[in-house]
Amino acid sequence: MATQHSRSAARLMMAPAVVLLLGWMLIPLSMTVFFSFKKFLPMRGDSMANGLDWVGFDNYARFISSSAFWPSVQATLVLVGGVLLVTIVLGVALAMLLDQPMWGQGVVRILVIAPFFVMPTVSALVWKNLFMDPVNGFFAHVWRSVGATPIEWLSQASLPSLVLIVSWQWLPFATLILLTAFQSLDQEQLEAAEMDGARWPQRFVFIVLPHLSRAITVVLLIQTIFLLSIFAEIFVTTQGSFGTKTLTYLIYQRVLESQNVGLGSAGGVYAIILANIVAIFLMRIVGKNLDA
Amino acid sequence: MGQIQLNQVSKSFGKVEVIPPLDLTIEDGEFVVFVGPSGCGKSTLLRLIAGLEDVSGGHVLIDGRDATETVPARRGLAMVFQSYALYPHMSVRKNIAFPLRMAGMDKAEQDRRVENAASVLNLTDYLDRRPGQLSGGQRQRVAIGRAIVREPAAFLFDEPLSNLDAALRVGMRLEISELHKRLKTTMIYVTHDQVEAMTMADKIVVLQAGVIEQVGSPLELYQRPRNVFVAGFIGSPKMNLISGAEAAKHDAATIGIRPEHIEISQSEGTWKGTVGVSEHLGSDTFFHVQCNASSEPITVRATGELALHYGAEVWLTPRPEHLHRFDDKGLRIA
Amino acid sequence: MARAVTTRRKALNTAIAWAIGLLIFFPILWIIIMSFKSEGDAIKAPLDVLTSAWTFENYGVVQERSNYSRHFFNSVLLAFGSTLLGLIVAVPAAWAMAFVPSKRTKDILLWMLSTKMLPAVGVLYPIYLLFIQLGLLDSRAGLVIVLMLINLPIIVWMLYTYFREIPGEILEAARMDGANLRKEILYVLTPMAIPGMASTVLLNIILAWNEAFWTLNLTAAKAAPLTAFIASYSSPEGLFYAKLSAASVMAIAPILVMGWFSQKQLVRGLTFGAVK
Repeated sequence: MATQHSRSAARLMMAPAVVLLLGWMLIPLSMTVFFSFKKFLPMRGDSMANGLDWVGFDNYARFISSSAFWPSVQATLVLVGGVLLVTIVLGVALAMLLDQPMWGQGVVRILVIAPFFVMPTVSALVWKNLFMDPVNGFFAHVWRSVGATPIEWLSQASLPSLVLIVSWQWLPFATLILLTAFQSLDQEQLEAAEMDGARWPQRFVFIVLPHLSRAITVVLLIQTIFLLSIFAEIFVTTQGSFGTKTLTYLIYQRVLESQNVGLGSAGGVYAIILANIVAIFLMRIVGKNLDA
Repeated sequence: MGQIQLNQVSKSFGKVEVIPPLDLTIEDGEFVVFVGPSGCGKSTLLRLIAGLEDVSGGHVLIDGRDATETVPARRGLAMVFQSYALYPHMSVRKNIAFPLRMAGMDKAEQDRRVENAASVLNLTDYLDRRPGQLSGGQRQRVAIGRAIVREPAAFLFDEPLSNLDAALRVGMRLEISELHKRLKTTMIYVTHDQVEAMTMADKIVVLQAGVIEQVGSPLELYQRPRNVFVAGFIGSPKMNLISGAEAAKHDAATIGIRPEHIEISQSEGTWKGTVGVSEHLGSDTFFHVQCNASSEPITVRATGELALHYGAEVWLTPRPEHLHRFDDKGLRIA
Repeated sequence: MARAVTTRRKALNTAIAWAIGLLIFFPILWIIIMSFKSEGDAIKAPLDVLTSAWTFENYGVVQERSNYSRHFFNSVLLAFGSTLLGLIVAVPAAWAMAFVPSKRTKDILLWMLSTKMLPAVGVLYPIYLLFIQLGLLDSRAGLVIVLMLINLPIIVWMLYTYFREIPGEILEAARMDGANLRKEILYVLTPMAIPGMASTVLLNIILAWNEAFWTLNLTAAKAAPLTAFIASYSSPEGLFYAKLSAASVMAIAPILVMGWFSQKQLVRGLTFGAVK
């Protein structure tokens, strides 16, 4: 079917998308790599036009040795790990529940999925003010009504609060994907296992979980990639204070707030490498599925 | 008119040659069936005739004119696909009318032909439905309807019955045969099912690995298979093929005898054996008999009901006039 | 076969599911309630909030004070503009990949998806610098291009999967029926591809509407869409809960409605087909 003519036409049709994405990837990426080897402090008069000093791997070393680095790694791990744990555990439970017969299933699904469509700045701001505000927030009122002292959520328990906010946003995603996976589970397999004498917990461990494992892996990988670059939620709530400065936010501050472009770019390269490690695993799964 | 001629037609995908150069002539009005195991190149051959694949070499002649470079739409052929390939977004009426619409035929004539085809195929009540609302058999009829309205030079069928259940398949088989008798248009039909081939064809083309093994009428193929492959492929149950010492007695590398050409007796005969599984069909009974003469069990067909128990001792006698002999290359010895 | 369950079991499922569903939805419900309260009532205890008087005034005030409609318009323009532009680039590419696949098609597709995984912050400064150089900072045109680029892989991917679902035999049938390439595209392919294209458009409008990294970092006042506008509420000036809620409701309502229609596409678009 594919003739020589259609092949060259196909190449022409793909060209715009390929060229645009190639440019979008290569130009900024090479600039970041370039800056990462330079001393570049625009506030102190450094500019491309005047020429930048080559500093080798100085920026890379300084980024890692700075006092903010390890806390940022820790914050990132807690945030990403916490959200993954919450969304996957609750997601499996919720998907299992939604897969059961009930009245008004469609409506419940809509209720559960809704948070995903709330823009990040809105959800962060609403949680920060309407719910977590230590004076007028919903939680403060609830705490006072039972005689407890309201918690200053975003300063006293800043990271758990962020985990809560971000989990609320991403739980629908995990639930929806896991629900899709649940629905593709062959009921006859479960019935066969039942005939073979497997009780419910055994059926869950030996049939359901293995069936879900791929979906869980995918949720894990995709969410990791998106969660590593969480920005708006921190920007709106704590601005990186109270131990919520993640790697992404640290790089953002280095680059745009303190305008140390060289240092920030070195951090950016680290972030890119980190994301790529996760992406490789994800792309393997996607690639396998493309063949099937 | 619909005479189709293939001259040294070949097809390669990359370096893999799926059809070595072959010649074949299909006469006007013939019902020709391409049959063979899956992957034998029968569908590819059909698609070469349709123009959906480009030939790698040779020429396709339709009614004497070279159509090798002609696009599918201009060859005047209609095709019924395995998946039916109905347009899901169009009603049955629009599906059937589609080729006419493409040809720019005027609306009144389109309607007339669609109504006509629909009444022939019992689709009149379904004309305004979408394909998704039809059963498998009805979809099949729509696909045929779409083919016949064009009044093509020849119909091409690509395993059209393989998605239907067994009962429906027999019905559709008859319908297609009847359609051929009525229209008298050339039909080329691809299947892997030798029963379909035997029951429908005027001429059968047996293919294996892109090579034509034999061309002939169903009875020719049944009575005089040209080689071991055709002998084993045509006929149900399969012909018994025996090689070794027993074949040597007949000066052949392999001998073949059809189950219906073996006498079975409890007292005397040529080969002694024990009865294995028997299959009772009512009209016939098939016995699988283990004999010393053959390493494989020999299938025997007895007419009517014959009560022989598992393990019973029997004697088999092949009828000599129906014995097929093949040489060490698998070719028939005359 | 789904097994029949008892009515009691079903009632129990229903009760639990609705309770959890409402709990998850509660923050959104609370924003909606708050948006109809006066600022004085909005900071009261939850039960008092519920029983206080309802008012529409916040919606008017948000518009008057902060030029809400300009930001809303920016969001619409960015979401629709970037999606349309993405579609123009992606349709031919996805078409070619789906219908004229070659050995490299899969690699190209995977590479495209992998660009989506590039952390934005890693290229923040280069883009920022380029925007300054090109005079695109705080411009709608600049953001439309960036949003188009970050979502292009998803658009190509989704269109590719939808196109690939169109069986090749149908296109061959059209060819046998006498359709030339133009008619094949017009009468057979386009009608069959439209549902998939609509889904793609829907999901990408949602993604673009909610994008909150580039929109926050590359805009000031002029080109700021709702994401950035809402973020400006983060420095409180006195009583503002009700107005914040009203602004939020207006920002999320349109996309919430669209989102409910796009549940299925969400799974397909964001998992790259890894879950079926």
